[in-house]
Amino acid sequence: MSEEEKKSVLLEIKDLKIEGYSDEKWIEIVHGIDLTLHRGEVMGLIGESGAGKSTIGLAAMGFTRDGCRISNGTVLFDGMDLTTATRSERRALRGSRIAYVAQSAAASFNPAHKLIDQHTESALLHKVNTKVESEEDAIELYRRLRLPNPEEIGFRYPHQVSGGQLQRAMTAMAMSCRPDLIIFDEPTTALDVTTQIEVLAAVRDIVDQFNTAALYITHDLAVVAQMADRIKVLLKGDEVEEADTRKMLADPEEDYTKSLWAVRSFKREQKPPPPASETPLISVKNVSAAYGPVKVLDGVSFDIYRGQTVAVVGESGSGKSTTARCITGLLPPFEGEILYDGNLLPPRYQDRTKDQLRQAQMIYQMADTALNPKKTIGEIIGRPLQFYAGLRGADLKKRVDQLLDQIELEPSLYYHRLPSELSGGQKQRVGIARSLAAEPSFIICDEVTSALDQLVAEGILRLLDRLQKELNLAYMFITHDLATVRSIADVVVVMKEGKVVEMGPKDEMFKPPHHEYTDLLLSSVPEMDPDWLTNLLESRGVDNIGEAAHEKKT
Amino acid sequence: MGGVLPLIGKRLLLGLVTLLVVSIIIFGAVELLPGDIAQQILGQSATAETVAALREELGLNRPAYVRYFEWLGGAIQGDFGNSLANQRSVAEQLGPRFANTLFLAALAAVISVPLAIGLGVLAALYRNSVFDRVANAVSLVSISSPEFFLGYILIVFFAVQNQIFPAISNVTPDMEMGERLYRTLLPAITMALVVTAYMMRMTRAAIINLLASPYIEMARLKGVPNSKVITRHALPNALAPIINVVALNLAYLITGVVLVEVVFVYPGVGQLLVDSVTKRDFPVVQACCLIFAATFILFNLIADVGAILSNPRLRHPK
Repeated sequence: MSEEEKKSVLLEIKDLKIEGYSDEKWIEIVHGIDLTLHRGEVMGLIGESGAGKSTIGLAAMGFTRDGCRISNGTVLFDGMDLTTATRSERRALRGSRIAYVAQSAAASFNPAHKLIDQHTESALLHKVNTKVESEEDAIELYRRLRLPNPEEIGFRYPHQVSGGQLQRAMTAMAMSCRPDLIIFDEPTTALDVTTQIEVLAAVRDIVDQFNTAALYITHDLAVVAQMADRIKVLLKGDEVEEADTRKMLADPEEDYTKSLWAVRSFKREQKPPPPASETPLISVKNVSAAYGPVKVLDGVSFDIYRGQTVAVVGESGSGKSTTARCITGLLPPFEGEILYDGNLLPPRYQDRTKDQLRQAQMIYQMADTALNPKKTIGEIIGRPLQFYAGLRGADLKKRVDQLLDQIELEPSLYYHRLPSELSGGQKQRVGIARSLAAEPSFIICDEVTSALDQLVAEGILRLLDRLQKELNLAYMFITHDLATVRSIADVVVVMKEGKVVEMGPKDEMFKPPHHEYTDLLLSSVPEMDPDWLTNLLESRGVDNIGEAAHEKKT
Repeated sequence: MGGVLPLIGKRLLLGLVTLLVVSIIIFGAVELLPGDIAQQILGQSATAETVAALREELGLNRPAYVRYFEWLGGAIQGDFGNSLANQRSVAEQLGPRFANTLFLAALAAVISVPLAIGLGVLAALYRNSVFDRVANAVSLVSISSPEFFLGYILIVFFAVQNQIFPAISNVTPDMEMGERLYRTLLPAITMALVVTAYMMRMTRAAIINLLASPYIEMARLKGVPNSKVITRHALPNALAPIINVVALNLAYLITGVVLVEVVFVYPGVGQLLVDSVTKRDFPVVQACCLIFAATFILFNLIADVGAILSNPRLRHPK
């Protein structure tokens, strides 16, 4: 600790208050935050959505988004107060002394310019380097960040480079002027676990090599545990507590922090396998499917039994959602068949009977876009009741009320509300009620918790689990989050590039020996142990992480 | 570039099909007009025999589809038949006038396109400033005023009260370039006023639309000054809608000249069209319409291809 304090202070935020403009008045969204960051130190800012993490991160650059303003406090960067600095003074700092790495590199790189031209822009603008020097430096940074073909990759356009590579290229771009401070705003949230490791390792390396200070913003505790020296926990624009990473993990003081730490405790026992004589409720047999000429599923087979949860895991592009589209009949497979309770289902949903359609329902990842914003909650849940059960008037209202009770939303309060008046978790609950309204025997949950904060996500998982017990539902749970799988699955199906690479009961799947790919996936999920990344990198070897390991094992 | 060529080929083919459909509609519309062409030519006093003889001579007794294909076949080879009014070849009459119209349109385009895009970029850069508001208000006024009205106003100010420009733009083929430019300037400015407003507003909107993108925020966080954020980061991505509105307005410059040409008595296709309609000179009307249609389709095609080429995803496939 004493050594930490010897380092000079780089960034000092005092009593920072930020207001946002909504409904024609200014509302305070950050309520007086203090933050001190020393040179070369990495501080993790964590909290749920709406905690004000990104707003504070941007304020550290003297930047507020449209509709926000800093109403109080000071942001001292190396002695200069950014809240009172002139525009050109702040502009001179940005990119050269404070750099920013955004959540989605795919959206934050300009699609019209080559990567290297965007890389050199800051250096040229701030007259740090000439174009040629800066390009050479970019290639060197690409090499240090272990990007494939460092000589050539910069001359590609953003759409020609994969998500994980883009994220590393963006980290390289942030380093282009060797800043004193980098703000990382959820840089790995949009990535698959195997890709995330690469980016984490790259970020940590480069921050170490150049002794750069960083603010690392994330909602993922396990990630922040790998990256940060100190952690600050935020809740709705207030600080909850701040401590050294190890102390914070081992011994959090506040109840809120403890509740965050405890999230991953929800775990349901695996149910006993069904008797061999039982007919599977849904049977996917040797299904192959394609989008146009591109084959995306190749001979996929698995069974789902009544009352059981089958978790389908894999990285993006592995064919998880496509399998769901085949089961629901949205995408007719060109080969193979889907059986429901032993009977063949027509491949196209247009050819299925109302009863067949009713039996398989879906809950979507983005509750925001899956609910019609112009309909009230009562109408949204009532629609399948009218369509499948033909309910009208008082019967309909009564049934909708029952369903709202089931998803733990008070009917009198929510019946007439619009989706925009609900929180993310509540919207997802409405999505669940809508699928239950059809009285299905089988529900496909497509990444239903991945857009939600962990506490809210756990509430949804508990609700789904309770409903499964009450109604003997079968779930197909599509996810890339292995923690979710661990908590709710009975059977795990691992998919990769359109094929099932391994499947089995959860308890067996989480115990070695695994299929190599399952092993890679499992070992790539960050753990709360702050030494996890270091140990993993040692055991895998630096050239053998993430995508590189992925390619070696295929 | 491999991915782009088939796309462009497809658009080209669709353009040709559209042109064919339009040619059927033009021919059909003229067919449907009440009255008999032979009767029209000879007037009310003609005897039944002379009308019948003329019908025979013009081939009007044959079925419509036969005449359509004859006309289409000729049109493809540049032969639009002969004028009913003066028996001269339509193509011969149309050629120099079309060149005049193109000259007027080109001059209007040279004035309006850089002006519109420049003003649009400035309006986006200084949005909600006094400049932006004035530019918006002026452009709204010029969009809302019919071009013949604008033309007369310009004549009043620049030809009658201050005799800077001639009120009548009568150009002749043997005129020198400077003189020709001078005489064409007033109608060109009239046209430019109308289209500049559209293109400017679209450019401004297309750029502002992109300002909420994460990559614009990223550029600002890299310390890029505002003017460069607009020109280097927003403009290249706003090109597709801008190219579209520019191409459509260029097409309008050629096809929409009718009124302006009449106001300034400019010897272009528009004036010929108006004259021919009053004289019921159908071959000329058909030819003018077909040329306008072809121009419109061509510029739509250019807009499509331009939009495709402005997309880096299509220019540089994976």
